[in-house]
Amino acid sequence: MNQPRIDTSPRVSDEIRKTTCYMCACRCGINVHMKDGRVAYIEGNRDHPVNKGVLCAKGSAGIMQVNAPSRLRAPLRRVGPRGSGRFQEISWDEALGLAKDWLTPIRKNDPSKLAFFTGRDQSQSFTSFWAQAFGTPNYAAHGGFCSVNMAAAGIYTMGGAFWEFGQPDWDRAKLFMLFGVAEDHDSNPIKMGIGKLKARGARIIGVNPIRSGYNAVADEWLGITPGTDGLLILALVHCLMAAGRIDLDYLARYTDAPLLVDEQTGLFLRDQDGRALVIDRATGGLAAFDGRGVRPDLNAAHPGHRTVLQLMAERYLQPEYAPEAVADRCGIPAARIRAVADEIARVAFDEAIVLDRPWTDFRGERHDTMTGRPVAFHAMRGISAHSNGFQTCRALHMLQILLGSIEVPGGFRFKPPYPKPATAHPKPHCKVTPDTPLDGPHLGFVHGPEDLALKEDGSPARIDKAFTWENPMSAHGLMHMVISNAHAGDPYRIDTLFMYMANMSWNSSMNTGGVMKMLTDTDENGDYVIPRIIYSDAYASEMVAYADLILPDTTYLERHDCISLLDRPICEAGAAADAIRWPVVEPDRDVRGFQTVLIQLANLMKLPGFVHEDGRPKWRDYADYIVNHERKPGIGPLAGFRGDGREVGRGAPNPDQLKRYVDNGGFFVSHIPEGADFYKPWNMDYQDWAVGMGLYDAPQPYLFSLYVEPLRKFQRAAEGHGERQPPDHLRDRLRRVMEPLPIWYPPFEDDHADPAEYPIHALTQRPMAMYHSWGGQNAWLRQIHGRNPMYLPRGVWESHGFADGDWARLSSVHGSITVPVALHAGLNGSTIWTWNAIGKRKGAWALDEDAPEATKGFLLNHLIHELLPPKGDGMRWSNSDPITGQAAWFDLRVKIEKVPPQDEADPGFAAIASPVGRGPRNLRWKVGR
Amino acid sequence: MTALPERTERKLGLVIDLDTCVGCHACVISCKGWNTENYGAPLSDMDAYGADPVGTFLNRVHSYEIEPEGGGCAQIVHFPKSCLHCEDAPCVTVCPTGASYKRAEDGIVLVNEDACIGCGLCAWACPYGAREMDQAAGVMKKCTLCVDRIYNENLEEVDRVPACVRTCPAGARHFGDLGDPDSAVSQLVAERGGFDLMPEQGTRPVNKYLPPRPRDRLDGGPAPSAPTRQPHDASGFFAWLDRALEKI
Repeated sequence: MNQPRIDTSPRVSDEIRKTTCYMCACRCGINVHMKDGRVAYIEGNRDHPVNKGVLCAKGSAGIMQVNAPSRLRAPLRRVGPRGSGRFQEISWDEALGLAKDWLTPIRKNDPSKLAFFTGRDQSQSFTSFWAQAFGTPNYAAHGGFCSVNMAAAGIYTMGGAFWEFGQPDWDRAKLFMLFGVAEDHDSNPIKMGIGKLKARGARIIGVNPIRSGYNAVADEWLGITPGTDGLLILALVHCLMAAGRIDLDYLARYTDAPLLVDEQTGLFLRDQDGRALVIDRATGGLAAFDGRGVRPDLNAAHPGHRTVLQLMAERYLQPEYAPEAVADRCGIPAARIRAVADEIARVAFDEAIVLDRPWTDFRGERHDTMTGRPVAFHAMRGISAHSNGFQTCRALHMLQILLGSIEVPGGFRFKPPYPKPATAHPKPHCKVTPDTPLDGPHLGFVHGPEDLALKEDGSPARIDKAFTWENPMSAHGLMHMVISNAHAGDPYRIDTLFMYMANMSWNSSMNTGGVMKMLTDTDENGDYVIPRIIYSDAYASEMVAYADLILPDTTYLERHDCISLLDRPICEAGAAADAIRWPVVEPDRDVRGFQTVLIQLANLMKLPGFVHEDGRPKWRDYADYIVNHERKPGIGPLAGFRGDGREVGRGAPNPDQLKRYVDNGGFFVSHIPEGADFYKPWNMDYQDWAVGMGLYDAPQPYLFSLYVEPLRKFQRAAEGHGERQPPDHLRDRLRRVMEPLPIWYPPFEDDHADPAEYPIHALTQRPMAMYHSWGGQNAWLRQIHGRNPMYLPRGVWESHGFADGDWARLSSVHGSITVPVALHAGLNGSTIWTWNAIGKRKGAWALDEDAPEATKGFLLNHLIHELLPPKGDGMRWSNSDPITGQAAWFDLRVKIEKVPPQDEADPGFAAIASPVGRGPRNLRWKVGR
Repeated sequence: MTALPERTERKLGLVIDLDTCVGCHACVISCKGWNTENYGAPLSDMDAYGADPVGTFLNRVHSYEIEPEGGGCAQIVHFPKSCLHCEDAPCVTVCPTGASYKRAEDGIVLVNEDACIGCGLCAWACPYGAREMDQAAGVMKKCTLCVDRIYNENLEEVDRVPACVRTCPAGARHFGDLGDPDSAVSQLVAERGGFDLMPEQGTRPVNKYLPPRPRDRLDGGPAPSAPTRQPHDASGFFAWLDRALEKI
């Protein structure tokens, strides 16, 4: 053979720089290969706790993000009308001076006139610190329109939820049940976990109206009707309780199942110190739940009281929760529901696993082994983005707890700093004083009406009405209501809207067209109703056109960041971990990291906390803050390499800390000792480790809350008890939804969208290879997901006579869109769906105006209003979960009709001027030739 | 016409697990990144930000939906596809210049870009559509099995695998010597019933696919002893609870 000689050992790169990905919220470790000082290739970091070397399509495409033509280049001041996209480049001195001039009088007179909302921010512990120093109560990130139901239900029920709070025990689970995950949240760890399960022959049950992605590889697919997951879960609870297939030992020891509930008040029986009481099986008498050696009685008889488990049996064993009663609404045959219940019970109890790991619980009892119920669950937005989502998420956690499968081998495991019960979190703060910081953290967990964020006259303290009677437990705020409320002046008017990384005039808002009008609307004097808008983004997104002042951010490879234990952590079940980003390349544009800009602005304004008493700045930029800020003495944004570099968790600031992180691959890990790594809420070895790490200041063992007493307190208020009373128009709803044991009620959309006229549920999912709008500018990723037809199930397809290439008009009670359609047989029969945020506004993201994203791409958002239709009472009812305020995206009902093929999707919008021009025509990307 | 080696010392290739592939496209982009920067001309993207972006990819994931005859749940199969490094590779024998060739030592099918005239015959000959003409460079591109990674002494040994295998989050891609019956990949093929793609084409592909496992078996069929069929109401539950608690 005459084979050519080839070089099989070419030099791979000049240098590898290890940092943290930001192509989505997953935060994997990446190796950035550099050639000639430029980014040549990105791969996963094998040592990193999140991704262990693998990397998704988005991560590998990061190179097309740092060279994206849509990157903003310099600060911009609006010169055309809002929405036109016409800007003038200005200097940073001018930009910061403008911002200072706008914000200083607000702070001096009424800090609440600033609404500061930070979107998909991963530095919330910092941005909230800034907002607190400014003194406005109006701060939150995007959790309210994302998945606060999941987070809040998990924290209130068990001290943590899925994703950043915990994970399945992928190495030991034998059955994995996945609810409502739209192919992300989180990204690589779920794929890695599914791979591990498959390699071991473990089985997967997917519960999702759409069989794609993870559900396509699930061994069993339950194509559930949207909004009915809670019914399905309560039917499984019914089956398991009826059969006695629940973990009584676990329930008695670690949960509130044996606590005594007063039949009159619905509150727990407590001793003088406020400790909840149980009947001790050892003595037959009352005892505090956490007393040494106490054996709580699940079936206690105590006059005037019922145990929580007794209340549960009385509720969930009712025939209304039997599979036969829910099957039609769920779209799943009763026999299949029962078969799933059987399988869950079989694996949990007949295939239990036992680890020989001794441990000591909080009552002082020593256990020789750890018993695992190897059934693990995971869920995300699919079940939470409904107006019944909080109670549905609660129901799922109740199911897990009944099985005894949380914090045990093979089940679901918390990641530090979780478990952390609601009582260990801050409460919301909202006391505004001119020229003064806020009285405490904005966001938190309420425990009763006394904790609501209300002014003295009972009106909402916050612009988004978080922590009010409309949504008392809105732990992440309601970003989706900010623009609507500010425009309506309800509850009050604001002066400046300041936003970061949130595409509110496009895919991040409900009622997108309406939001554009609100942002450009003028009053009788011709002034904008929302007077000033400041926005920070790295790219020419749709929202840029609607701001008056643009503070251009860097890309993720050009900046410092910390992925902090104080914030949204990246820990593993067996380890605490945090990480940094650092500038692996310097920006080639006049842009600055947003967090650094906030520090520079704070220094100009001399905000308390940011400057010394003599006015000198404490930190010059974000990197300086990351290293030297102390939240409490010895506790800062990063837990690793503190003090002399050897201290972990607690320790003095270390000037070499960032270098140590860089040298360590961009992250830090501290492993939980064996024996402390399960039963964390009750395991004294874990509690002591957590105190040493600085996660808590003292051990804080607690019981899981099947019965959430704070819910009952709001319900009691609605019944007329207590001093702080809800407005009359909300009483009935509060009584109905604030049930202390999980319930199911139909999504609110069903109340006003006649199911006969609007018979179809319409959903979006985020593709695995794209994150929000960011992917659309990515030359590689847009070749995978450049189009988003509306996918229809076979029944709908055939009954309307659709064929390939057809178009349809979809109408909701709010509006209509005209879009291309395609067939997808693997769907719940009454569900249609499309990819999220593929559609782009013409002129945005440096794409050509005839790009398919801008002509045939579309948003479902036009069909979804942030308000429910008027009820004739003059009130504005938000389209949100009534408990947490989570945006009820997935309640949407539509009708469909066939229309002739179109050239472009409707509604179309005029092109916006691009502040960055257009991208190059062709790419032949190769550095260091 | 170009000759194939009579036999190759090894048969390096991929085993792709269709039971596990979630269709995330990680392999597609990792491949694009590595091969843009390495072997031969970069993988270009024409009209990259325009109406009809068309780039060169050496590996693509297609998704097929299967609706079982006689009803039952429809299923999606994610199907990653790249060059299968066939033993009887028609893309090689059709090449008029010798640019396409199959390596004698490991069986990898490569294109010598210096000798490629961009005639496209090989792409016509390949029954799998696994070759793509790079429109900017005018040469034929195809999977190299990362020949510049798998022997690369500048990489740690653990990284000497194709980029797609290294990056696959679900672990659905395996690399090894399919000519060695004792290799891990050969064992996997034997255990899981790995199959050839379109064997009727007579190309004898080296790459193998593992079939999806059977789905949707929990149909609620007869299971008379299943415990969750016990019709307990609340009072029955409490009686059971008392008995059960006695045993703890």
